[in-house]
Amino acid sequence: MNHLASDQQKETFVLNMGPQHPATHGVLRVKLVLDGEYIVEADPVLGYIHRMQEKMGENRTWAQFMPNTGRLDYLSALSYNHGYACAVERAAGIEVPERAEFIRVMTVELNRISSHLLWFGAYLLDLGGFTPLLYAFDDREQILDLLESVTGSRLTYCYFRFGGVYNDIDDNFLTGVSAFVARLRSRLPMYHTLVTKNIILMKRLKDIGVVSADMCRRYGATGPVARGSGLNYDVRKNEPYSIYSRFNFDVPVYPEGDSMARYMVRMDEIEQSLRIIEQAIAGLPEGPVMAEKAPKIIKPAKGDYYQAVEAARGSFGVRLVSDGSNTAYRLKLRSPSFSNLSLFAEASQGMLVADAIAFMGSLDLVIPEIDR
Amino acid sequence: MGREQVKTALAGLAPVHLVETDYGKKGFHLDVQVAPDQVVAAAEALLREQFFIEAVTGVDWLGEQAEKAKEAAKKAADAAKKAADAAAAAGADPPAPAAPAEIPEPGPEEMEVVYDFNHYGECCRVVVRTRVPRDNPELPTISAIYPGANWHERETHDFFGIRFLGHPDLSPLLLPEDADFHPLLKDFKA
Repeated sequence: MNHLASDQQKETFVLNMGPQHPATHGVLRVKLVLDGEYIVEADPVLGYIHRMQEKMGENRTWAQFMPNTGRLDYLSALSYNHGYACAVERAAGIEVPERAEFIRVMTVELNRISSHLLWFGAYLLDLGGFTPLLYAFDDREQILDLLESVTGSRLTYCYFRFGGVYNDIDDNFLTGVSAFVARLRSRLPMYHTLVTKNIILMKRLKDIGVVSADMCRRYGATGPVARGSGLNYDVRKNEPYSIYSRFNFDVPVYPEGDSMARYMVRMDEIEQSLRIIEQAIAGLPEGPVMAEKAPKIIKPAKGDYYQAVEAARGSFGVRLVSDGSNTAYRLKLRSPSFSNLSLFAEASQGMLVADAIAFMGSLDLVIPEIDR
Repeated sequence: MGREQVKTALAGLAPVHLVETDYGKKGFHLDVQVAPDQVVAAAEALLREQFFIEAVTGVDWLGEQAEKAKEAAKKAADAAKKAADAAAAAGADPPAPAAPAEIPEPGPEEMEVVYDFNHYGECCRVVVRTRVPRDNPELPTISAIYPGANWHERETHDFFGIRFLGHPDLSPLLLPEDADFHPLLKDFKA
């Protein structure tokens, strides 16, 4: 009897989480080897929505690839537009007019807030709280309406062009954004009293999924994951692109490395994005939104170039190799969730399944961006 | 962590070439080319300097090699013509065919493996690259030093068929599990 009981304790079984699982937010499968409810080994299986975006980049002209960038991370599509536009502009030496830079920053930050709001709602859904999602979507809807009025789409934006943006913003948009900033400011304290200070949330997030700074380094984690582990790294500050160096904003950093720290980083980032938007509205200059001299057919000089931007989930990098023709010779898309997820296997060892869900949600994964 | 420090750390590996690039133009600070068997040492040196790994990827230079060969052939033909003209001008007999020494041996077709590193503190992007022959693309893995490289290398194997020796699992990551093709090769036809 004793012998049987001790044997049973060693018994492990395999559980497939996904590929269709609400907590994996898309078609991601995690093969879990479990000992009771504890994870012995976790193996994420990727590629269910792989579309070979990088090959498409080699077969389309530079401009034709722009819509693809909005379909990598569909929750912060404008950051990806921005990264790709900046990369090609750097390679081809295209200048962007002031006003367009301001519009880019404003819209990207709005998109960042909408992405964080969706994460907030969906994350709490993972943890079993339904109501916060409704509040978050209420606010997010305002952003989608605003962005729809200038970009023409609500999710997979293709708004930026090489040398500017394709549509100017008007006074309606500006008053709408100002009203939204005031509205979200007044609602954020409610988010915190309703959710952040909730004892159940704290118990589920504190000390769960601790990721050390060293682990971030070895896996290349960026964005809120790195900042939740005490690393003061934000591409907008460390490697300022566009006109981010002109804005006053702080980079929220929490040293604990647990899921709560990552949660707090994103909540604080919403406030910082609001600050940037306010400054962008105040400083918005008059002028064109497209560079007059921007060439129609783009042929960057031979060579390779790198451009990184801070997307909602971390550093999105474009490494492009040009052979001087109107298509890319090689287009590498470095996506943040890919690296952020790669540390899941190591960090989730010995965790309870329920905690692993809380941990994975705090990584804020977007699968199409991982699978590309 | 200074750029000079990185340069000295990497200089010990006898890189084929190490240049400080114009960041504004290129988007990275240091461009280092090493021999394929030096990538592990390079990764170790960069981890000591607390760099983090951004990505690993490949570039298939088939096109470039073809262009180079074409250029070389054109150059040789020009030289031959020039020599013939010169000879004709001198009134000598038509010369013997162009000296074969003029035509450079077309190098083995190569693929490049590119490693991007960056630093959480002072921004310093280091690009480490190495070239492997196209008909036998093999080089050691750095996944033991940077576990994050595991997936990047697997992806590179998916797309280019580059084999990372010592890698724990090179089964397809993004491609279907029975995939036997490498879509980013320049001679890949769907």
